[in-house]
Amino acid sequence: MKTMHNSIAPVLQRAKAIEDALEAKGLHVSKGIKEGLHNVEDVWLPERGARVVAKAWVDSEFRKRLFQNGVAAVGELEIELPKHHRHLVVLENTPYLHNVICCTLCSCTAFTVIGLPPQWYKDLEYRSRIVRESRTVLREMGLNLSPDIELRVWDTTADTRYMVLPVRPAYTKGWSEEQLAAIVTKDAMIGVSRLTEA
Amino acid sequence: MDGVHDLGGRQGFGTVRYSSDAPVFHEEWEKRINTLYGYAVKLGIFNMDEYRHAIERMEPRHYMTASYYERTLTSLATLCVEKGVLSLEELEERAMGSFPLSLPLGPGRSNWPNKRSFQIGQTVRVRSDHVSGHVRMPGYIRGKVGVIVKQSPAYPFPDAHAHGIHADDEPTYDVQFKSQDLWPDTTDNALVHVGVFESYLEFIT
Repeated sequence: MKTMHNSIAPVLQRAKAIEDALEAKGLHVSKGIKEGLHNVEDVWLPERGARVVAKAWVDSEFRKRLFQNGVAAVGELEIELPKHHRHLVVLENTPYLHNVICCTLCSCTAFTVIGLPPQWYKDLEYRSRIVRESRTVLREMGLNLSPDIELRVWDTTADTRYMVLPVRPAYTKGWSEEQLAAIVTKDAMIGVSRLTEA
Repeated sequence: MDGVHDLGGRQGFGTVRYSSDAPVFHEEWEKRINTLYGYAVKLGIFNMDEYRHAIERMEPRHYMTASYYERTLTSLATLCVEKGVLSLEELEERAMGSFPLSLPLGPGRSNWPNKRSFQIGQTVRVRSDHVSGHVRMPGYIRGKVGVIVKQSPAYPFPDAHAHGIHADDEPTYDVQFKSQDLWPDTTDNALVHVGVFESYLEFIT
């Protein structure tokens, strides 16, 4: 393709160019972006996944339903997944088992449930190393897993989505669902943290 | 495609630049472009497999140095141009500079013609396929042996779906591999689970 210019336009100008060009085609992108920003800023937040985790900690029937059919169970809390994410698999950590999720090919996550992936999740380092040097990488990130804990790494290569259900910390005995939800982080639902200490 | 995006198991990368509670976005345009590509999918301009593949088709030096949202932007622009929604000329005129797009789309492939189903608990091998187009089989499992742990719902076959050719939905399997079977030199014991499309698998004979 013939290009008219020699120097590459700054990314901000390229972003504006595509937005304006699509708007000029009558595709109502400003309206679409406005609605989308609402999701990004106010809806797809890790607080949603935290509610799922807290409920699973206190309600054993819900927990069962969550393992049987993740999409339907989070739907009870009015959390929807995009149409193309047809399956949500909830991975249960135990004192002897730890799960961690990644996407080596791009950046796939259950973003409507646990929030959009953080920068490091999408970076080359995490994507290349977490599958091969899993324990080393987790240790570097502050999670030192004892060798007797089995580790499972989940690479999100299809449109099935994963979230980690952390172990409920012992110090939270008697806490309300709301108090419990407040300690659950996105990183714990990705599986790079275990929430076990106060 | 054995591209630079297929990072699982590549060596030589440094420490993850991690901070707890790390931000998703750094600048406002990143949020807007992330939303805009989602809106374009909603409008039916392209599907998610086409979107992912257009990122993979970025010139490798560009891919490796672009920020995550610059990759989003490049895929969105490439597909809008390829689908005839926008022209490169108008994008460059508006951007007041050149607007690098991804490299051209090559041929895709259809679902594996002989449908076979695999059972939970079965030991299977990932076919030694080399695919120049879109594929969701990370290179590190090619030819490797694992155990089927679960079956997932069917999804459109990405190798076809990213190339505008007919894609049947087909099951995906949760296949469990031992890290030592994938990388005999690894000292990090783990089980690696990958969502593998049925077409990528074969029976062990």
